Amino acid sequence: MADAAATEHAATEHAAPGLAAPGPVAPSRWSGRIALWLLLAPALLWLLALIVLPHVELALLSFRERVGPRQYVASLAQYRTFFDEPLYWHVFIRTAWMSILSTLLTLLLAFPTAWVIAKIARGRAGALLFAVCLIPFWVSETVRTLGWIILLRESGVLPALLVKLGITAVPVELLYRDATILVGLVYTSMLFMLVPLVSSLESLDDSLIEAAYDLGAGGFAILRTIVIPHAAPGITAGCIIVFMLTLGNYLTPTLLGGKNSAWFTEQIYTQFITRFNWEQGAALGFLLLALSTGLVVSGLRLTGQRFGDVMRRT
Amino acid sequence: MNAAADLVADAVVKRFDDHVAVDSLSFSVARGSFFSILGPSGCGKTTLLRMIAGFIAPDGGEIAIGGASMRGIAPNRRPVNMVFQQLALFPMMTVGENVAFGLARRGMPRGERRRRSEAMLERVGLGGAAHKRVDELSGGQRQRVAIARSLVLEPTLLLLDEPLGALDLKLREHMKIELKQLQAAFGTTFVYITHDQSEALVLSDHVGVMNRGRFEQLGTPQDLYYRPQTPFVAGFVGANNRIEGIAARPDGALIEVTTPDGWMIRARREGSIGAGDAVEAFVRPEIATLARREPDLPHGQPPHAGEVQSVLFDGANSAVLLVEARTRREFRIALPQTGQFADLKPQERVWFCFDPGRATCFPARQAQGRRG
Repeated sequence: MADAAATEHAATEHAAPGLAAPGPVAPSRWSGRIALWLLLAPALLWLLALIVLPHVELALLSFRERVGPRQYVASLAQYRTFFDEPLYWHVFIRTAWMSILSTLLTLLLAFPTAWVIAKIARGRAGALLFAVCLIPFWVSETVRTLGWIILLRESGVLPALLVKLGITAVPVELLYRDATILVGLVYTSMLFMLVPLVSSLESLDDSLIEAAYDLGAGGFAILRTIVIPHAAPGITAGCIIVFMLTLGNYLTPTLLGGKNSAWFTEQIYTQFITRFNWEQGAALGFLLLALSTGLVVSGLRLTGQRFGDVMRRT
Repeated sequence: MNAAADLVADAVVKRFDDHVAVDSLSFSVARGSFFSILGPSGCGKTTLLRMIAGFIAPDGGEIAIGGASMRGIAPNRRPVNMVFQQLALFPMMTVGENVAFGLARRGMPRGERRRRSEAMLERVGLGGAAHKRVDELSGGQRQRVAIARSLVLEPTLLLLDEPLGALDLKLREHMKIELKQLQAAFGTTFVYITHDQSEALVLSDHVGVMNRGRFEQLGTPQDLYYRPQTPFVAGFVGANNRIEGIAARPDGALIEVTTPDGWMIRARREGSIGAGDAVEAFVRPEIATLARREPDLPHGQPPHAGEVQSVLFDGANSAVLLVEARTRREFRIALPQTGQFADLKPQERVWFCFDPGRATCFPARQAQGRRG
């Protein structure tokens, strides 16, 4: 941060004489270009040091095999293991499927909420509702997930309530189920869907809705022909963010799903930390990256959106 | 009421909290006519239009369209379409899809839809534009698409909510003529709201001048202009010189008005006025005659002396702003097209007069708290 501030400071100082110069003397093209690079430097540095370099290292790791103590050869063995071992790709497909399901559920829940915030409540009331949605995120994800555990575990609040209401005879264990994992994932990613949806719905001109209504459209036709096409970039952006967060989530599936969660990030964790098999872990990591990229790209294709448009309009 | 009326409003009321937006309004619009509602912003005209379209429900009274009561009928089920102020064309669709939108909602097959929307675009002079995107069109073309999108549904009534307001002056003048021609060609009943009196006068068969939720006067543009019935109409429709004063003895149809500072004019009496009443007189700039010497004035009209303040050159609408010699009250006179007064200079002494029979005098409005 200090680095960035210093760079910006330098850039301003550099640009100042050019701006202050009277008359037709324009700041030289060079000074403008240097200022641009200086401003970009922190971001580029961050990208290079924290994203590109580790990935290069991991890529190299994933393409080698340990043949003896401190002896490695280049091979595709790590990737072969993935396809030979049913557990790996079962978990892989399950993670992908659950993430897609959780993204769709989040969208389904967030859309009406965003509609209320952007179109019905508006102004102060809308801002208040938005804040209410935001407040849970002031608490760390761990604490929030532990909150769910307190509610759902066998000796927890909800099973006790079910017994009291006579719905179940004995307290049931609500943790460690797929549905529980989905609840946790949807809860965690709600806000990231809500923000792009609210902003895209706010930009929808009310008179378009009225015009459609006036021309004979009913509620569903308006949603299908006007609202969704307008909000498509926001919907896509929200889905991409939520899908990636869910796919790469480790904490929520582990805490709420326990041993049954079978989430792909857990397999990666196990390879790196428990088995100390960095080569296998790196390969699994790259497969996860390929999976998320592949699914996002096919999602964009399927809905006829372009990534640039989506990022620009949200 | 008229059997061939496409729109009948009967004692329609709409309140917002304690403010009455539309105050027990009754009128009817004849089939195939162009009806304008003219009024300043905040007069309730938009509320009235939205009640006709069905976006808001009246608190009282009845609206009937094409002879059928519209009570409890949603906007998408009314035989009415609206051209919105900002047009509200759908940017996510092509021009053709915009025009076909309402037909699609009626479940018309695709081929028929395309045929009809293209025929409609042809009629508004946009043949072959069906595949274009909305943002590829000019302001005037968008206007025509918005109208085509409504007219293709063959509504009983087309509502237009100040559709020319967003256009620049030149285009607005052009679109005025185009709108009138379109209305004549289609024969659909148009209900048009505007705050621009020139639009209302040029376009309409009948105009309702609206103020504070009521119609001040309902009549032909000529009626409003030449025979205003209230001071509001006289002041709002067309340019007018307003002179406040005290009435003297009535003299047949005419009455003498004296301003507090002693300028005396004569005007036609409108409504009951007795000697000593506070009155407002209105003199249109074009009924006054200007002369450099008193003897050049037409005979039989009381002469007034004035001093030129400024010359407002605006081509055919040029006028001179002068002050009455003794009281220094401002008075505006339209300049004749002969160029006879092209060399008028400020401070120049002039004479003017007007036919008192063509000036109108009303009882002064009670001191009313004006709304914004």
